[in-house]
Amino acid sequence: MARESNFKNMVLTLLIICFAGSAILGGVYLITSAPITAAQLAKVNTALSGVLPAFDNEPFEEAYDLEVDGQTVKMYPATLDGTPVGIAVEVITAKGFGGPIQVMVGFLPEGTIYNTALVLHSETPGLGDKLDPVKSDFSLQFKGKKPGNFKLAVKQDGGSVDAITAATISSRAFCDAVDLAYKAFKKIRFEEGGQS
Amino acid sequence: MSKWKIITKGIIKENPTFVLVLGMCPTLGTTTSAINGMGMGLATTFVLMLSNYVISLIAGLIPSKVRIPAFVVVIAIFVTVVQLVMQAYVPSLYETLGLFIPLIVVNCIVLGRAEAFASKNKPVDSFLDGLGSGLGFTLALTVLGMVRELLGAGSFFGWKIIPGDAILIFILAPGAFLALGYLMVLFNRIKKA
Repeated sequence: MARESNFKNMVLTLLIICFAGSAILGGVYLITSAPITAAQLAKVNTALSGVLPAFDNEPFEEAYDLEVDGQTVKMYPATLDGTPVGIAVEVITAKGFGGPIQVMVGFLPEGTIYNTALVLHSETPGLGDKLDPVKSDFSLQFKGKKPGNFKLAVKQDGGSVDAITAATISSRAFCDAVDLAYKAFKKIRFEEGGQS
Repeated sequence: MSKWKIITKGIIKENPTFVLVLGMCPTLGTTTSAINGMGMGLATTFVLMLSNYVISLIAGLIPSKVRIPAFVVVIAIFVTVVQLVMQAYVPSLYETLGLFIPLIVVNCIVLGRAEAFASKNKPVDSFLDGLGSGLGFTLALTVLGMVRELLGAGSFFGWKIIPGDAILIFILAPGAFLALGYLMVLFNRIKKA
């Protein structure tokens, strides 16, 4: 059974266990780090190809961070044969009902929303998770809209978006995310000297 | 105690969820569908078996005053292994269970079995005890997940079998308590008979 405890053997035992543990975890990390990156990349790429027209560059490699309204968003520029075909903006909003919502919004160069994708969320199953295009048509409303004449807010707040019944907070958060994405898009366009 | 008995007692007589009522947080949190419950149960089973085995091997070498921290480190190592492997090879399951995987470390079933069984028994017996308790936990979580999914979403392991809307509350937290309560009554009724 257990040994007598004294300072030396207690310190020694814990040290050995921690070192052995670190070694094991280091090994497992080495084995799994490549598949983990691949899985995350595959996920981002699926989202990207869903929100952007056909492209032939690696938006993931060219991605950069942008600061808008005190929040950081990730921009994924897409090009085809060297000409820009659109840009995807990844936004994380903290306004969700069940936690942060991660949304990817693709814009065409002239400012039209090409499509949106829900990357990560923890909204209520059966209510807020209708943000997912598989479960309801909510997010399809944004498709092909020009935010200039399509107000990115739910109708209750004077916008143009039909909220999901019984999930106004989730709908609001989604609109908010798309709106932030649009602000980021406008910002880079002004910086590049384009017209609004 | 025979080897077979060590396994079966964890499943029925000392079922961690329905009889010992341990580890309620992952039980209620992850059972929104049968497959999630099963995934969580199997992850916990894996951790239980290996941590029980290793703890039983090293229990004699650990000074008794630091045994709990030592056990927790061993458990944490296996949990991190599970987390990394899941993230790498089953990312979709990892996404749904993500938050609860690190919580296996503090699941009282794992530390409970380590302290109550593994530290006093032989490695092989401890491994089997981990297997039994883990399977009992998996069984409970899968059944609970099945009931909640069937009532709350009208589907069975992801297959929609009842068309139309279902009783949404069973997917939400209150439904978890309701379903768990009734299942506990049922399980203990059957066990007594």
